[in-house]
Amino acid sequence: MGTAPRVLKFEIRSDEAAARKVHRAILAEVKRRRFDADALFAIRLSLGEALTNAIKHGNQRAPHKLVRVEAKIADDQIEIIVEDEGCGFDRAAIPNPTLDENLIKPSGRGIHLIETYMDEVHWSHGGRCLKMIRRNGSRRKLE
Amino acid sequence: MAEAIPSVSVTSQRDIRIVEFTNNRILDEANISEIGQTLTALAEENDPPRLLLDFSNVDHLSSAALGMLINLNNLIKQKNGQLRLAHIKPQIFEVFVITKLNKLFRIWPTRKEALDSFEQ
Repeated sequence: MGTAPRVLKFEIRSDEAAARKVHRAILAEVKRRRFDADALFAIRLSLGEALTNAIKHGNQRAPHKLVRVEAKIADDQIEIIVEDEGCGFDRAAIPNPTLDENLIKPSGRGIHLIETYMDEVHWSHGGRCLKMIRRNGSRRKLE
Repeated sequence: MAEAIPSVSVTSQRDIRIVEFTNNRILDEANISEIGQTLTALAEENDPPRLLLDFSNVDHLSSAALGMLINLNNLIKQKNGQLRLAHIKPQIFEVFVITKLNKLFRIWPTRKEALDSFEQ
């Protein structure tokens, strides 16, 4: 029988050092539960992108704005919620970075990576809140 | 204070600058910005620039790192130079495939193949 799920909650200011601590704490619990290498890679990448988006694009690094993170980690899956205090965004308005005309643009790939590497991704609160789920052992879709 | 370990090492072969990433992660902004400045300087000081980036040590990179590589590629193209990427581990190569950047960059399995691919 597996270990009971653990919930980790954080409220951080919009800076990278604080985000790194959150990233490390969540990854440590994921490793402890022996997620497979693909899942670990996917979670590391997606969590990093989500935190960067919240700090940089969401809160625009405003020192008084916070990022809230909640990770519910079980042996078979992780569910992560990242919420910022920015203006939000319209997911449908974000250009597809894989189109030929967008390949030479240096930004705009974080969301695409999150949506590819995670099994489920939901945006709410006008784009300010991201919920993403990755199951241990699931195979990734490549397109 | 201890000196920070540089994020890249640079060697030369013929007129090709070979850049090896020494850190296994190209993730946070400060690190990416420092690498970007080094690579931009290499592209600026060679005319036309011929750069080979060796990824053999890299286990993780972020979309910001991809952005830095795209900026470098744009600069090198502007200067009629050549950029090659080599030795990318399968998990990292998959990031290039997912973002379709494997179509933008010229990627080779080994450093030797990448070196041989430079046009005179």
